[in-house]
Amino acid sequence: MSRSSTRDLLVGLFVLAGLGAIAYLSFSVAGFGRNSNGGLILFASFDQTGGLKPRAPVEIAGVKVGQVSSITLDKNSRARVELNLDASLQLPVDTTASIMTAGILGDRFVSLQVGGDDQTLRSGEEIGFTESAVLLERLIGKLVHNVNVGGNDGKEKKE
Amino acid sequence: MTTFVHDLGWATLRFVDDLGRMAVFAAHIVRSVITPPIRLRPFVDEIFKLGVLSLVIICVSGVAVGMVLGLQGYNTLVRFGATESLGAVVGLSLIRELGPVLTALLTTGRAGSATTAEIGTMVATEQLDGLRMMSVDPVHMVVTPKALAMVAVMPLLSALFIVAGLFGGYLVGVGLMGVDSGAYMSGLENAVVFDDDVAGSLLKACVFGVLVGLIATYRGYTTAPTSAGVSAATTSTVVVGSVSILIFDYFITALWGV
Repeated sequence: MSRSSTRDLLVGLFVLAGLGAIAYLSFSVAGFGRNSNGGLILFASFDQTGGLKPRAPVEIAGVKVGQVSSITLDKNSRARVELNLDASLQLPVDTTASIMTAGILGDRFVSLQVGGDDQTLRSGEEIGFTESAVLLERLIGKLVHNVNVGGNDGKEKKE
Repeated sequence: MTTFVHDLGWATLRFVDDLGRMAVFAAHIVRSVITPPIRLRPFVDEIFKLGVLSLVIICVSGVAVGMVLGLQGYNTLVRFGATESLGAVVGLSLIRELGPVLTALLTTGRAGSATTAEIGTMVATEQLDGLRMMSVDPVHMVVTPKALAMVAVMPLLSALFIVAGLFGGYLVGVGLMGVDSGAYMSGLENAVVFDDDVAGSLLKACVFGVLVGLIATYRGYTTAPTSAGVSAATTSTVVVGSVSILIFDYFITALWGV
């Protein structure tokens, strides 16, 4: 086949479009390099993570400020969660970390409540105040238990 | 009974023999890639034929598959009140599975069969023998650019298929069903991981490119030099190609969890 400028142009456009699609998938959709900027690393220990997963978002007042980078078990059998946050964040040392659920069946995420201390947390430090995940199953269990106890009480009173 | 066992043995031997020849053929192609002269011009022409001309069917199929996924996903998720996960559902199924596999199947039908038919016709009309007479290696001259172009084109087509599919899912989910546009996009962006999903998807597409490129050129190269032979080889490319794509897909997913 001989050299044809139209054909070459089309091939060039095709390759550009394909590479553009790969770039879009890698950078925009998958966020390649978006979260690996080595920002503020903080740790928080929880008694119960309730199905928190790596890459779960970390939010302050509903705004995403970072993500969970890893979850490991520490010496005291508590879950040690590593948070990778925006480097520009100035978090007081009395900041609280809690594990929340988006909606009833939604995904778990870490919510930070900013405290009022003058000193700020530096990278690698531990968030002292944590609030574990509320397990829906346990709540329902308590509720059922309470209802049963209440029912029995009523019967006993009647007799 | 004995004839059945005989037939089975014969078929197995034929299969193994075929695999061995294919491996030798693949080695010949690999050797041709690094042997000068490097034929860039035919390679670009093949990218035009395999890639640019497949673009319409890839994009149309991508949008259609994305729209169906959007609709099916919405109808399932709406029962749980979880329609904001639609982006994640459409994105993950397209990127991890449907994008590379459907692209490879479509490309086998559209471009693989054309490649087999073209090489097969050259065999039937003794053009490859003519090249050998001039001491030009037909694998180097004709087969290698086609096989190589298939490998180069497959990830590009697959990525375009996925982007078209995401657009189709967005069209139905956001445009038709009224899912929040921000929820669709953020669900998609939160669910997709580069290492596992996108990189795995591209790896799959490359493996399928090697597979289809090899099968299509090998079937063409070993065509019986008659019109019936060319037609049989073309059919065989589509059948063998499609089945091996599905089998390889299973093993890639099982072994690397992509």
